[in-house]
Amino acid sequence: MNEILENVVLADSVNRYLVAAPKIAARRKAGQFVIVRIDEFGERIPLTIADADPAQGTITLVVQAVGKSTAQMATLKPGDRLLDVVGPLGAPTHIERVGTVAVVAGGIGIAPAHPVAQAFKQAGNTVIAILGARSKNLLIMEDEMRRAADEVIVCTDDGSYGCPGLVTHVLNDLIDTRGKPDQVFAVGPVPMMKYVSLLTREYGIPTMVSLNPIMMDGTGMCGGCRVTIGGHTKFACVEGPDFDGHLVDFDELMQRQAFYKEQERVAYERYVQRCRSQEHIAQANQSL
Amino acid sequence: MDQELDRNEIERLYNLKAKERMQIERQPMPEQEPDVRRANFSEVPFGYFPMAAIVEANRCIQCKKPTCVIGCPVGVNIPGFVRRIAEGDFEGAIHVIKETNMLPAICGRVCPQEQQCEEACVLAKKGQAVAIGRLERFAADWEREHGLADVPPIGSDTGKSVGVVGSGPAGLTVAIDLRRAGHAVTIYEALHLPGGVLMYGIPEFRLPKAIVNAEVDVVQQMGVDIEYNTIIGQIETVDELLDRHDAVFLGTGAGLPWFMDLPGENLCGVYSANEYLTRCNLMRAYDFPNYDTPIAASERIAVVGGGNVAMDVARTAVRLGAEEVYLIYRRSEAEMPARLEEIHHAKQEGVILKLLHNPVRYIGDEEGRVCQVECVRMELGEPDASGRRRPVVVEGSEHTIDVDTVVVAIGNGPNPLVPRTTDNLEVDPKRGTVVTNMNTMRTSKRGVFAGGDIAVGAATVILAMGHGRQAARSINHFLATGVWDIDELPEAFRENGAG
Repeated sequence: MNEILENVVLADSVNRYLVAAPKIAARRKAGQFVIVRIDEFGERIPLTIADADPAQGTITLVVQAVGKSTAQMATLKPGDRLLDVVGPLGAPTHIERVGTVAVVAGGIGIAPAHPVAQAFKQAGNTVIAILGARSKNLLIMEDEMRRAADEVIVCTDDGSYGCPGLVTHVLNDLIDTRGKPDQVFAVGPVPMMKYVSLLTREYGIPTMVSLNPIMMDGTGMCGGCRVTIGGHTKFACVEGPDFDGHLVDFDELMQRQAFYKEQERVAYERYVQRCRSQEHIAQANQSL
Repeated sequence: MDQELDRNEIERLYNLKAKERMQIERQPMPEQEPDVRRANFSEVPFGYFPMAAIVEANRCIQCKKPTCVIGCPVGVNIPGFVRRIAEGDFEGAIHVIKETNMLPAICGRVCPQEQQCEEACVLAKKGQAVAIGRLERFAADWEREHGLADVPPIGSDTGKSVGVVGSGPAGLTVAIDLRRAGHAVTIYEALHLPGGVLMYGIPEFRLPKAIVNAEVDVVQQMGVDIEYNTIIGQIETVDELLDRHDAVFLGTGAGLPWFMDLPGENLCGVYSANEYLTRCNLMRAYDFPNYDTPIAASERIAVVGGGNVAMDVARTAVRLGAEEVYLIYRRSEAEMPARLEEIHHAKQEGVILKLLHNPVRYIGDEEGRVCQVECVRMELGEPDASGRRRPVVVEGSEHTIDVDTVVVAIGNGPNPLVPRTTDNLEVDPKRGTVVTNMNTMRTSKRGVFAGGDIAVGAATVILAMGHGRQAARSINHFLATGVWDIDELPEAFRENGAG
């Protein structure tokens, strides 16, 4: 269990892991996540399940290396094991047949958007996926999304691929030229979800967002994942991760996500330093 | 070991008259000096040395009708084990304890003895009770340190199996008792380590994790299977557990932190006690960056609450290096629910009690980090339903305290994950507890039993263990007879149970 079967680089500092987790693979639904701990010193990292194969007993995780733990994870090789994988966590995304659904995903958010797009499609909706990345080399899973959705529109911040601009521009154009989708599902960086929600509120389009606050146990026990939804506190790990985008206090979420940035920097720099000294030792040993 | 003991002294003590015994002073337990322990997470008391334990045990006058036993939620034969310590027979003492309590190293440390066995001790009425908790701890530590912790005998295989949800004090106790009866037992634990609140909640300096691990090792050596990282209600439902187990015990605990719904409560740096303690205990954030999990590097921290958990948080904050640790409590010290020993230790370590204070809102800086707590002063009015004098706000007493961290430690509710995902399981709509018959520990769902905080709301470790013991008896009966209808149960279950 928990064996890494594949670790493939999808884009700059973004890796796709295939992990043996048969029970989770059989159980999980679109929108759910796992918590992973790499080794006995590790922190508990919440990661959305990007895909699952119940027959093979595997789940797919797509992870961007943004700090110590995720950088360490990127060094794992097939055959290595994650110490702990717990899930599926959170409530599944609410899927129903509404007509046309715009699945708006930015950056690494394309990974968790993929099973949601599949599920909406399977429920009989027309799915239009709007994928955003900063640059062409950071765009992931375009082919998978093309298979999952009826239509895919790609945009990049720097215009290196697809339409130039942000996903909000594409969504706005879509609404102007082809009318309002019946529902929007947005997942990605918090500012992106915020501006998508502001836009869809103007048009009165029901909008679900998938939140990723700091989290620890994933059972509702610690309350570290508190988010404010319409003025009320919710625990994202058990009451989410999906919420009505028009009610989320995104600014608070952004601040809470940044709370440990100083410690995260310390941990990352220390890790990089250690990797370097290990490389030096390895090189020195080779030259002997 | 025996060579260390002064046999002549043991004999002299043994022959003392009851009156003479009652003249012996209660033996102090050596502990780390406050200034030293402020800077480490090691356990505060060192425990008794053997001769001190023998002297203390000789204070017991061996009452014919021992009231202390009635004060114990699991009914440990207290005079029996204390007598053996008095005789220098430590191995005999631990065997007596383990007839009824398989987790004595834990109970000896975290039970509120002064409200249980020691309160009921005859000597308590005439001065100071026999230090039953310290003696229990001594016997358990002696056994463990001498590598004598035996795996208890297991009954012959019954062919029945029981699923236990949660490996906290209730779950461990029920698992031990059921395994002893010969049933197959699997514990499902949500976290990556066993012990529940013993591991994530109670700090190292009060309950070393090595002790929890040692006790859990014995449970596993008995053949109890523990499946970690398994959140029932997410990966499987209770109904699915019933497909492969003959009975299920729910010991999922009080894993739902309460907040006060105050403005600013979601600012950065405002924690629940559960989160603060879990980061530090389970995830070892006190050893960051050797361990990856961070925790706020606080200089001025306010802990809201007056219970044992609030004390644990305040004393943890001291050890994490906070310069000022305030404990904000809305009543006076006399009404604090925390154990006297914990309050005493906290004060010794420099925790500043802000009594008759209550927070009304938290104020943040431009980055959304808490920087002040606004409080009101309180005064005590007429007694309320709990018999304690009700705190009343002093008009116009608003003032602020500069802080960079706040920990809300006002209590926990039952974790809703299992109740929410289990069909036909009656839940108290107000309290969120699983409705449980306190004699049979049965829930409304056939084959499903419950105990500990999920059944009664936040209580104590030993009460949870008492529930576990009672539930095991009831489960044994159910597995043997298949009888669920309460009217068909033997008298013992319809009257008074240990719960």
